Amino acid sequence: MSKRNNISLKTGLAAGFLALASTAFYGCDSGSKSKTLPIYGEREPVERVVNGETVIDTIYHHIPDFAFVDQDSQLVTQETVAGKVYVSDFFFTSCPTICPKMKSQMLRVYEAYKDNPNVVLLSHSIDPEHDTVAVLKDYADRLGIETSKWHMLTGDMDSIYKIAEQYLAAARVDEGAEGGFSHSGDFYLIDQQRRIRGHYNGTLEEDVDRLIKDIPLLLSQKEHETK
Amino acid sequence: MRQNKLVMVAMAGFALTTLTQCFTKKKDEGKRLYEQHCQSCHMDDGSGLKGLIPPLANADYLQTHRDALPCIIRHGMDGSIIVNGVEYNKEMPGVDLRADHITNLLNYIQTNFGNDNPRYTLTEVQELLESCPPER
Repeated sequence: MSKRNNISLKTGLAAGFLALASTAFYGCDSGSKSKTLPIYGEREPVERVVNGETVIDTIYHHIPDFAFVDQDSQLVTQETVAGKVYVSDFFFTSCPTICPKMKSQMLRVYEAYKDNPNVVLLSHSIDPEHDTVAVLKDYADRLGIETSKWHMLTGDMDSIYKIAEQYLAAARVDEGAEGGFSHSGDFYLIDQQRRIRGHYNGTLEEDVDRLIKDIPLLLSQKEHETK
Repeated sequence: MRQNKLVMVAMAGFALTTLTQCFTKKKDEGKRLYEQHCQSCHMDDGSGLKGLIPPLANADYLQTHRDALPCIIRHGMDGSIIVNGVEYNKEMPGVDLRADHITNLLNYIQTNFGNDNPRYTLTEVQELLESCPPER
């Protein structure tokens, strides 16, 4: 019996060591490769003449200018996120289905980047008629969040649904859906040029882990560009 | 005679498996109902959501409002409530479940997420459901 234990202990140790060694290798690997994030959406080539030579630039899909109001009645526009990385999603406060889970996951992103002024969160209400500033204020207070970091947005319904399309989000009024609106539970990661660099299922912890890990890739990218 | 005995044993075995299976299924039913109707707001671990959605985990409300819970599940609730000293005020939609389903669901909640509260009997839940306050 004791001999058997001995062997299993040895095997266990060996396996543990192997596992540790392999993680170490993998760790090195991902560290040495500078991972970049894809750019989502349509792109179009634009020809331009520089010093008599034709150069082709690629225009990437980016989020157009916008203007919404947050839980503190402040105007939030493209200026609010200028030069910053931001995460965006679509929800409504009376949503009985996936929103609470999305918000509990967004809170994790909030906590992770609370002290980084270069990261902002924008949550758009797709039920702006019900989700007035006062409703959003109460919601935000109960989540215990700071407006400067996490803006809960309301505004003109058409504008919100139009901007949702720009994030490639599927938000729409759907009387058949629970709560009356259907929308995806995705989080969108937007870079300093307002390009979509990632989308994540905001109800899945492991996807949100990936988002939290992806944000620094864009933050360091900015440093390279400004250098 | 011997064959009879064999049949008896087989039948007893069958009855026993069916019963235990029934029991297991019923035991799982509360969990299944929780996942289907409650989990998206009250979360996998019953922790709720900050000041928005009250926790079920170690919640004093489950003990102090034990008799009101069957009606709350069936008809939902709104208005301000205090759970573990924190005020919550968010509408909860009701789920129109049968009395036996509500019993299984409540027993699951009352004995999980760190809760160790007495279970309900079906009769008890049926009686409590009969005296639900009038629907709004």
